[in-house]
Amino acid sequence: MSGQPNPRVGLFVTCLVDAIRPSIGFSAIQLLEEAGCRVEVPQAQTCCGQPALNSGDEKDAAALARQTIAAFEGFDYIVLPSGSCAGTIVHGYPDLLAKDPVWAPRARILAARTHEITSFLVDVMGFRPKGRRLSATATYHDSCAGLRELGIAAQPRALLAEVAGLEMRGLEGNDVCCGFGGTFCVKYSDISNAIVTEKAEAIERTEADLLLAGDLGCLMNMAGKLNRRGARTRCFHTIEVLAGRADGPAIGEEG
Amino acid sequence: MSAPEASVQVSFKNRAKTALADRTLKIAIDRTTGTAEAKRAVAVAAFPEFQAARARGRAIKDHVIAHLDHYLEQFERNATASGATVHWASDDAEARAIITRICLDAKAKLVTRSKSMLGEEIGLPHALADAGIERVETDLAEHIIQLAGEAPSHIVWPAMHRTREQVAELFKIAHHPPPSADDPATMVQSARRELRAKFLGADIGISGSNFLVADTGATCTVTNEGNAELTTTPPRIHIVTAGIEKIVPTTAHALSLLRLLVRSATGGELTQYTTFHCGPKRPGDADGPEEMHIVLVDNGRTRMLDNEFREMLRCIRCGACMNHCVVYRQIGGHAYGGTYPGPMGSVLTPVLNGLAGSRDLPNACTMNGRCAEVCPVEIPIPTLLRAWRIRSWREKLEPGSLRVGIGIWAVLARRPGLYGLASRVGVRALRLFGKGGWIARLPLAGGWTAHRDLPRPAGRTFMEQYRAQQAHKGSRP
Repeated sequence: MSGQPNPRVGLFVTCLVDAIRPSIGFSAIQLLEEAGCRVEVPQAQTCCGQPALNSGDEKDAAALARQTIAAFEGFDYIVLPSGSCAGTIVHGYPDLLAKDPVWAPRARILAARTHEITSFLVDVMGFRPKGRRLSATATYHDSCAGLRELGIAAQPRALLAEVAGLEMRGLEGNDVCCGFGGTFCVKYSDISNAIVTEKAEAIERTEADLLLAGDLGCLMNMAGKLNRRGARTRCFHTIEVLAGRADGPAIGEEG
Repeated sequence: MSAPEASVQVSFKNRAKTALADRTLKIAIDRTTGTAEAKRAVAVAAFPEFQAARARGRAIKDHVIAHLDHYLEQFERNATASGATVHWASDDAEARAIITRICLDAKAKLVTRSKSMLGEEIGLPHALADAGIERVETDLAEHIIQLAGEAPSHIVWPAMHRTREQVAELFKIAHHPPPSADDPATMVQSARRELRAKFLGADIGISGSNFLVADTGATCTVTNEGNAELTTTPPRIHIVTAGIEKIVPTTAHALSLLRLLVRSATGGELTQYTTFHCGPKRPGDADGPEEMHIVLVDNGRTRMLDNEFREMLRCIRCGACMNHCVVYRQIGGHAYGGTYPGPMGSVLTPVLNGLAGSRDLPNACTMNGRCAEVCPVEIPIPTLLRAWRIRSWREKLEPGSLRVGIGIWAVLARRPGLYGLASRVGVRALRLFGKGGWIARLPLAGGWTAHRDLPRPAGRTFMEQYRAQQAHKGSRP
């Protein structure tokens, strides 16, 4: 599959990006096109099914898995601006449909073509952004699913290193969960709050202008906590910075 | 079964809330888990073959789990040949009955015990008390919680929920004479003095076992204090309690696992004391017990052979999963309400106590995967927790509000057209609750907005904007 100069990519924008922060979806389209991809956004997409999967509702999770497979299996690649949703397709779908003789092979084929966007840009397309400049300091949080399910750590950092003027600052506990955990953050709200409070304190200690991460769920959790604490840190998805959109409104800023 | 009574009445959420409000507890947790995390990282970095050792550890455990009957029978033959008596207990009640019977038959008044989580699992402390037998815990941390009347909060450091300062206060009251100072060395000396007479006066010593070695019939204990040796050697009778999953084929396999266990637990290379107990005192031996009893406990383990929790039988009880768990590090061990806390406990407690009373445990996890990443025998803990969630959903144990919520959401998500409409309406409705870029309060979303603001959505969904853009592109000549 690699070596194809202009692959046809199906973009799964994810339900959170669709509803809360479309700018991440448009950043993805822009970067994928810069990398030479032909990007389409299948209209039959909704959610990868993770809320059902993590709640133990296999039946609905499997239905959404089949729906997503059908919507995306015609593409060379499926790319998502989320390590968590990508991890669900890569690992969750094949497990969920393992005993289904029709859908198991289709799930495995789709899983092999599915990538989180920064890893797709670096590992598959060998892409580096050109001519980006942003005069700011930033710190980066490694979202857990991307980091541990898909091994995403070097790729976003390699891409961000291409942005002239952007000074990256290390985050203490960068690989420690922010306490989001999907429905966890509302079901066990007090525990989640204690975890995200420590995360926010670590972010504030960096005194960076920007907090960057690769998953909107984690970003909403951290940004929401930072704002509640009165911190001035501006929060963006990594690819918004890479697409040159960090001069626009950050998460929680009106455009 | 053996869960403390109180934990049944108070919900997990309430216990967690109490723990979160206890700032001293948080200091204690941070000290111990922080040190453990740092030391483990150093130990793993200094052991280039760690990944290979991990794969080997996993393979050893998988092999014995697949041939459990073979190795257990071999162990029984060899242990019996060495002069020990092997007992089989199918559950906690049977294990308690066997041990109590041995104690009563021996007319034991005083029993010393070295730390064993299995002993906690089967409710041994209560059983001995009920039988009127004095029990003295000889592990320093167990000594502390015995004085405080508490249960262990960690499987390696049972008293980790107490700060050094709190222990000093406790010793001042409970030790006679009280320690002369509250520095750690003086406090340890004081505990040694308290325990010494008990070690020498005990009728029976009860230990756990880290490994049961099939080809020699030996049981292995590892400690850093030497209390296991003083517990198992001077008394007339030594009783070993062990879960049947502790079996390994040979001493070499035990040592392979020990390399993983110590590094993962404390960051050391080897425990200070590693003792193989093979049968009672033989003619010509300088010391040792006259009788040795080994109680092999099932208590749900053979059930796990055939279900989705089989991989949990690999667990070697190092505690790394809890040391690296964001939830454990906020609430500590007692909030979990079972014998085993943290991620491994959240898998095991529903096995031991039933899912209905412990369904919160597998749910109170962010699925961040750090526990599995540090597990020395590669147990996929998040996958096992998810398996409990699936059972909980199937058995309709999840709250009605969640089931209805997920149900409505799934009806929409399975119909892209309708879902798009609902999203478009939803984001517009959400905007009504916010000012500027944020929503500070939102009905039905108090779990979120009690603690953090919610970014106010953009006016139109991505799909709306994207379709408009495509239409615009298409209309251009």
